[in-house]
Amino acid sequence: MDGSTPGSGLAEGTLTRAPAARPAAAPRWRALRRAASARLAPFGVAVLLTALVAAIFAPVISPYDPLKQDLGHTLAPPSRAHLLGTDNVGRDVLARMIWGTRVSLVAGFVSVAIAMAAGGVLGLFAGYAGGRADGLVMRCMDAVLSFPPLVLALALGAVLGAGLTGVVIALGVVYTPTFARLMRGQVLSITAREYVHAARALGATGWRIAVTHVLPNALAPIVVQASLSVAFAILAEASLSFLGLGIQPPAASWGSMINAGRGYLQQAPWIAFGPGAALFLTVVGLNFVGDAVRDALDPRLLD
Amino acid sequence: MGRLVLRRLLATIPVLLLVSGGVFMLIHLTPGDPIDAMMAESVDATVKETLRRELGLDRPLYLQYVSWMGRVLQGDLGRSIRNREPVIENVGRRIRPSLQLAALAMTISLVIAVPVGVLSAARRNGPLDRAGTTFALFGICMPNFLLALLLIFLFGVTLRWLPISGYVDPLEEPWDGLRSLMLPAVTLGLALAAVVTRTLRASMLEALAEDYVRTARAKGLSESAVIRGHVLKNALIPVVTVLGLQLGTLIGGAVITEYVFALPGVGRLVVDAVFARDYPLVQGVVLLIAVGFILSNLAVDLLYGWIDPRIRPR
Repeated sequence: MDGSTPGSGLAEGTLTRAPAARPAAAPRWRALRRAASARLAPFGVAVLLTALVAAIFAPVISPYDPLKQDLGHTLAPPSRAHLLGTDNVGRDVLARMIWGTRVSLVAGFVSVAIAMAAGGVLGLFAGYAGGRADGLVMRCMDAVLSFPPLVLALALGAVLGAGLTGVVIALGVVYTPTFARLMRGQVLSITAREYVHAARALGATGWRIAVTHVLPNALAPIVVQASLSVAFAILAEASLSFLGLGIQPPAASWGSMINAGRGYLQQAPWIAFGPGAALFLTVVGLNFVGDAVRDALDPRLLD
Repeated sequence: MGRLVLRRLLATIPVLLLVSGGVFMLIHLTPGDPIDAMMAESVDATVKETLRRELGLDRPLYLQYVSWMGRVLQGDLGRSIRNREPVIENVGRRIRPSLQLAALAMTISLVIAVPVGVLSAARRNGPLDRAGTTFALFGICMPNFLLALLLIFLFGVTLRWLPISGYVDPLEEPWDGLRSLMLPAVTLGLALAAVVTRTLRASMLEALAEDYVRTARAKGLSESAVIRGHVLKNALIPVVTVLGLQLGTLIGGAVITEYVFALPGVGRLVVDAVFARDYPLVQGVVLLIAVGFILSNLAVDLLYGWIDPRIRPR
């Protein structure tokens, strides 16, 4: 019976199993197996691991200093010395791409973490408090959602100032309402279940109910949403860097490298398309991982 | 229906108020003094003081908001601090290319997505379906600035078929205008097509499993007649929702596309204003975009209830 999988929303299943306080290990293993057997997940995991290794060990594996200019070798095509060629001031494109991985991953994961924390707390509060507080919080979330995401991120980035911090905060704000809505919905549906009534009747405090019953059960959809959001946060960071917000030159990020390569499409397409391929592959890979996480944690969505 | 429209309009008011408050606060979020952020340090102190007084930054916050809001309600969104032009006129001049781009992109996306989505669902798990779903995945993961560069590389630089930047108004010179909008519209349209294809395929599959489809087949209708007469109409409803949901992405995409292709649209205006640190202009344009976004979402909502009476909200 998969009903006990957290967040599956199958109240009956959870109820009949409620007396067995310790959740059986089997569903968890099944979830893991399902994730692993999803056809495209291994590719996604491989991409994600490659990106992580590149980001963490950038100083070790980068073939050149990403900032070192070599004006004797500008716009050099890919060769044995420069696997992905050089840019307009002779910097090694591969080295810059490897260092750019750091920016992308940090932006993607940190902004989603911010959104998850802020949205989670706000949603928990709104769902619990109810009434006017709930209304106020959720209308504020609606207001944030009333801006096209990229336009909001641009405007926030503009006032927070260019740089990675500004972009990460801006994206965190943009993604917060999604998590707040999700968390609030979870709180409302979980607190309406019989086992929460039972806990309350047994004299458990609101705080205890929130920590032992609501949070663990609400977590699965949040994790699913987070794993899918990271890919889009990375895309968004690249878009902002492409427009010139985000980390500032000469430091490397995929978005800014692609923008810099725009003027050299004819002579040196590798400047733009090298980091472009990295960005595309990372986003595709993360999407596969996100889908696998969703399938694993939420069996209802399986075909 | 009239009452529904009225109620939805009323429900929009608090959100609009919060949005305006948020846009108003933008300028106050700058770390440090907004005037210093807008003007170079070398600018004379008295000039800075004048601007500060003109923007009302020397007054208490709530008074600033009230007078700003009062002016906004009268249609005065302030002036750009660079060219002293009212925001409204700035936007008015640039809205046409943006709307043309959006309309063309949406047309392109439907022209691609409807046949691909329908064929994908009709031949589920066949090679065509595989190709269709792969296309959808790629379209969703492909950053549109990268797609733009690929299109420029292929059609502009290598084949030299289409112009890679600049704008000609199609209402004045239809042929050159369409050519100037073609690459940006394809950039924007392909991403949208990917999302629509996915939705249409899923809703087609759902509709194909309905009892009335079995009945239609049982009475001897050909498969194409079943799809045209029974499935497609029902499957198109979620597409309207998705098109509505994608508006935000479309606007964001337009910002980047206009930037890449140097189209003089509203999106380009936002980027330029952000980099010029022209905060009054940023505020005005962002507010207009948000209001436009809210109102078009409202329109989509109402349209949805009109298309499918079953789901008309009570």
